[in-house]
Amino acid sequence: MIEVKNIVKKFGAFAALDHVDLKVANGELLALLGPSGSGKTTLLRIIAGLDWPDAGEVSFDGENALAHGASERHVGFVFQHYALFRHMTVFENVAFGLRVQPRAVRKDEAAIRARVKELLDLVQLDWLSSRYPSQLSGGQRQRIALARALAIEPRILLLDEPFGALDAKVRKELRQWLRSLHHEINVTSIFVTHDQEEALEVANRVVVMDKGRIVQIGTPGDVYDNPATAFVHSFIGESIVLPVEVRDGCVRLGGKPLNIAADGVSSGPSKLFVRRHDMAIGPAGSGAFEGAVRHVRTFGPIQRAEVALSAGEGTTVIEIDAPRDRELQPGDIVSLHPRRYRIFAGQD
Amino acid sequence: MGLTLTWLSVIILIPLAGLFLKSFELSLDQFWGILTSRRTLNALKISFGLAFAAAIVNLVMGMIIVWALVRYRFPGRRIFDAIVDIPFALPTAVAGVALTSLFAQKGWLGAPLAELGIKVAFTPLGIFIAMIFIGIPFVVRTVQPVLIDLDAEIEEAAASLGANRWHTVSKVILPSLIPALLTGFALAFARAVGEYGSVIFIAGNLPNVSEIAPLLIVIRLSEFRYADATAIAVVMLVASFLIIFAVNRLQRWAQTRTPAY
Ligand SMILES: Nc1ncnc2c1ncn2[C@@H]1O[C@H](COP(=O)(O)OP(=O)(O)OP(=O)(O)O)[C@@H](O)[C@H]1O
Ligand SMILES: [Mg+2]
Repeated sequence: MIEVKNIVKKFGAFAALDHVDLKVANGELLALLGPSGSGKTTLLRIIAGLDWPDAGEVSFDGENALAHGASERHVGFVFQHYALFRHMTVFENVAFGLRVQPRAVRKDEAAIRARVKELLDLVQLDWLSSRYPSQLSGGQRQRIALARALAIEPRILLLDEPFGALDAKVRKELRQWLRSLHHEINVTSIFVTHDQEEALEVANRVVVMDKGRIVQIGTPGDVYDNPATAFVHSFIGESIVLPVEVRDGCVRLGGKPLNIAADGVSSGPSKLFVRRHDMAIGPAGSGAFEGAVRHVRTFGPIQRAEVALSAGEGTTVIEIDAPRDRELQPGDIVSLHPRRYRIFAGQD
Repeated sequence: MGLTLTWLSVIILIPLAGLFLKSFELSLDQFWGILTSRRTLNALKISFGLAFAAAIVNLVMGMIIVWALVRYRFPGRRIFDAIVDIPFALPTAVAGVALTSLFAQKGWLGAPLAELGIKVAFTPLGIFIAMIFIGIPFVVRTVQPVLIDLDAEIEEAAASLGANRWHTVSKVILPSLIPALLTGFALAFARAVGEYGSVIFIAGNLPNVSEIAPLLIVIRLSEFRYADATAIAVVMLVASFLIIFAVNRLQRWAQTRTPAY
């Protein structure tokens, strides 16, 4: 088990990591998700021993990892820009970790060759073994970087935006491939991404970071359905966000009461979050909001409608996803009711 | 394109061709005779031998200087960096005079060295030092940009794969620099072989001891022994071509291994 306790990392006065706690069980595939600058890379680098925290503990299976440098931690690190050795062939890149082992435990040449072959088979790139990194595509480089990291049989595998530099289609393929690879070799893994879809699709558990702190840890379903904070709600999945006012248990939009419960949020300016597909369309007068349909686009099983709400000063335009059982037309007056919603106190 | 080629021919190829034609006036025996005369042989030996030794010193020193300039932040680093270019910028005669006065028996460095019984000025050692002086920027300036471009992540990757510092330097950093190091070495070598201005002042120019090949050419010319001068020149020319060719191949070789992004 990988345990990170109370980690603080400062760059000057700026806290890149601000009391971070994290436990990763053996064999887990964890996604570290957060906006740019939230400290994801910094956390990985500290776990790998490429950076040192100002305070806190890192332990691997109960053993203090901070007592060891990067080269003694047996952590596989896959860099966003691959960091392959340009002057070595693919084969030698993968073999590197085996060749630099202390003489006492180093495998002999035949065993090294066999192991490299096995790894190249695993990433399905055996046929590229004599090429140089410059002769590979981005996706191939990424897989070689992964094979190289796996060569040392790491106790944990860290991937920093492994698919960040690739185009959308290749990303999708590699995502599924990573999942099945993890299923096959079952090495404890943490991968960083700021693509929420990627995190939700690949990981067993998702860790959401913001401004150097962990704001929520949970299964993909958990963080999507029960976001802990307004930040998580807006960061994960797309949401309709409306500035509301809670007064005496009553939720108001632009002074007009909405007939929904305040869910115990204390009085003051707040934010109402609703997923686009959680807005139900009903007969006029039945819902929380009234509005006029301005524009409709249909694709696949849903129609996405822009609705101008009549509540609130000025016009607030929201986008909703409605099933196609009831065709919407521009100009229709509709009543909307949130099936599920969350209210978070505060305006920011 | 046509213009470039024409220009190149006028400026470089025609004089070279002239040189070769001139040397064809000699019979092979004569040619061979000139080259194997004791004075010529010694001059060539001195030029090539010392230039090679100086280039090796420059390779090592240059690598150390580059490492310090790129990897460390110390006060005066920028000035130090600028100083490296002085041998490029200084007129060679000025460099020669400066080095000579520095290493002369009463010079700043010459005096303490003389105490130790080491004589630099007017000996082969002086030639060697002048050659080091003019060659060092070639190594530094070819290797420096490559080391700067070398990603810190490469070293981190090596470390996370279990490599200690020695393995990282010997298996990752140095091999990445080898093409640049060899290029710098070849350039420093070529420059030192052909160097005239900064060497002749400090050399002493004793035939067979401290007389360099370019000087011998000048001497032969002043004696109106054009054929002799040409023969030596041809040898040096061929050597330069070989060096340039080698540099070219090295760069090509390096390029195939450098990513195209
Ligand atoms: N070496 C450094 N010196 C100073 N500040 C740094 C350094 N490394 C990171 N930071 C700062 O720490 C914060 C967190 O950086 P980090 O690289 O961990 O972010 P990230 O979550 O990985 O972002 P991204 O998604 O853009 O990669 C950033 O604000 C960054 O500017
Ligand atoms: Mg990052």
